[in-house]
Amino acid sequence: MAASDDIVSIRDLQFGWGTGAPWVLDVSQLELARGASLLIHGPSGCGKSTLLNLLAGVLVPSGGSLQVLGQELTNLGSAERDALRADQIGFIFQQFNLVPYLSVIDNVTLPARFSAQRRTRAEAGDMSLDGAADELLRELGMADARDRSVTELSVGQQQRVALARALLGAPAMIIADEPTSALDVDRRDEFVELLFRSVAATGSSIVMVSHDRELGARFDRVVDLREINQAGGDA
Amino acid sequence: MLLRLAWQSLMNRRSTVILTGLSIACSVMLLLGVERVRQTTRESFLSTVSGTDLVVGARSGGPQLLLQAVFNVGFPTQNLSRDSYRMIAGDPAVAWTIPLSVGDMHRGFRVVGTTTAFRDHYRFARDQGLQVANGEWFADEHEAVVGADVARELGYTAGSEVVVSHGAGEISFVHHDTHPFAVSGVLAPTGTPVDRVVLVSLAGVDAMHAGFQGAVETTHDVADPLAAAMAAAAHDHHDHGHDHDHAEHEGTGSLSALLVGLHDRAAALSLQRKINTHDGEALTAVLPGVALQELWSVLGVVERVLLFLGGFVVVVGLIGMLSNLLGTLDQRRREMAILRSVGARPRHLILLLVGESFWVSTLGAVLGVSLLSIAMVLGAPVLEAHYGLHLTLAWPTANEWGLLAMVAGAGTLVGVIPGWLASRKSLVDGLTPRL
Repeated sequence: MAASDDIVSIRDLQFGWGTGAPWVLDVSQLELARGASLLIHGPSGCGKSTLLNLLAGVLVPSGGSLQVLGQELTNLGSAERDALRADQIGFIFQQFNLVPYLSVIDNVTLPARFSAQRRTRAEAGDMSLDGAADELLRELGMADARDRSVTELSVGQQQRVALARALLGAPAMIIADEPTSALDVDRRDEFVELLFRSVAATGSSIVMVSHDRELGARFDRVVDLREINQAGGDA
Repeated sequence: MLLRLAWQSLMNRRSTVILTGLSIACSVMLLLGVERVRQTTRESFLSTVSGTDLVVGARSGGPQLLLQAVFNVGFPTQNLSRDSYRMIAGDPAVAWTIPLSVGDMHRGFRVVGTTTAFRDHYRFARDQGLQVANGEWFADEHEAVVGADVARELGYTAGSEVVVSHGAGEISFVHHDTHPFAVSGVLAPTGTPVDRVVLVSLAGVDAMHAGFQGAVETTHDVADPLAAAMAAAAHDHHDHGHDHDHAEHEGTGSLSALLVGLHDRAAALSLQRKINTHDGEALTAVLPGVALQELWSVLGVVERVLLFLGGFVVVVGLIGMLSNLLGTLDQRRREMAILRSVGARPRHLILLLVGESFWVSTLGAVLGVSLLSIAMVLGAPVLEAHYGLHLTLAWPTANEWGLLAMVAGAGTLVGVIPGWLASRKSLVDGLTPRL
């Protein structure tokens, strides 16, 4: 099957909040190849967050087909979707990404606490888990912050810690929800640069949602959600 | 792993968590305190009669006789004749008897007439005998031996003079001042009611009442008529011997009770039956252990009420913890979404909150035990002085471990409620909670 090479494959995907409610999302086709990067943009309220929650297996499609890593999510139970997310997806939010009561290093190693696969991959090559996290932090210029409380960090630093966490254990896909909208232009470019450089090492795909079209140049594919969403955004 | 996460989460909001834990600790302290006082009371009662096989007195209820004869509570209304005493003492199964004669007080402490048999045969705790710490045992009817508490509270040492008041009240207007006693010795502390008595010889009791009889007769016209009447009424129970033979140490007056030791404890039941069905004077013989059981079954209701109240306070403490955990849930929706995004399943969120309630309730319980121990170290002298309760610092008993485990277990289970709510909320919120 050709679809198994794709990290994401959507056919006639529909989603609405409850039966009888109008579709929030109605996408006939969307594919993303393994290792490729996709930017989805559009104004707020057009269904971007809903799409990400569907990709992450948190929401369940109301109809159609949604495959992530060759697995049909509509056929998976919630526990299996949870396991797929834990093992294969790294997340970056707009802000407040970090657990406030954990240190920087504990935040970075958090995914390995919930996924044996990511722990195993992080520890590949005789690396300790903390060692792997340290290396990621070093690559992202955050080695000094290792033991600090995350509440002491600036927003830009927090986003880089969140990036390190998303990369730990080389998940197949990084999902980023407006990761740069809280940053100024310089910080934004720096962050996107770091993201692509790191992903080049892990081979992960990127799905990023942003209202910021300027980022598009770096991505393999850029999609305006309004163009592919037949549900028509704000309803 | 989740326990560590739960711990770190709790430390992040330690001020409210510490207060919650403290309230659980206080409730545990109360619960265990009630339990420990209950056990200690039982043990100290049991240790007081540890060497005695039978207690014999005039016909009455078992617990009543035991309280009057051994625990300094109340006075018998009827006495036991010398004939009965001789009969029991002469029984082949009997190894020793300790005669007791009560009815008078000295400045709030009970005066007990007895013989050297008390010194030789009375046993408390684990087969411990009485020790005279200072001075020696009374030698004649003019001497008295005082318990450790009596000596401490009244400042007595060997040589002090004791004037006994007539009657059972704490304050009496009639004193046996024609027959004072000299303290010949002070007993070492025993942790039993013996610490709070003045021991004199039976002959001494006879002598002081003989003298008193004369005194009342001579001052009858001037004394308070009510007091005199009361004294005279109280008097009749004593059946005093007027011909006090100083040479006969044991006196001749009637007795309040006998403590009996047997050669073979197995004979206790048959001797009890023999005494209870004896044809002459109506007598009652009780096995101390059985009488105590009867006493506990009466007091059991009170104990259960106290234990129930203690348990209820624990429930209040746990509800406090529940409200604390529930109150934070709304602020923690972001945190739950982050945990979900890094791979936490709903069950992990439940376990996180259960872990938090585990820590709070378990550490609360441990803190409660520690506080109780501190309170016991500080409060033991007061309790011992006022209530004769001898509290010792000890590891929790199996019973107490059970109570602690119940508190920690119930507390841990309480965490399921906020855990379940958090996991449900996180399913609705997804990864992007609307805050």
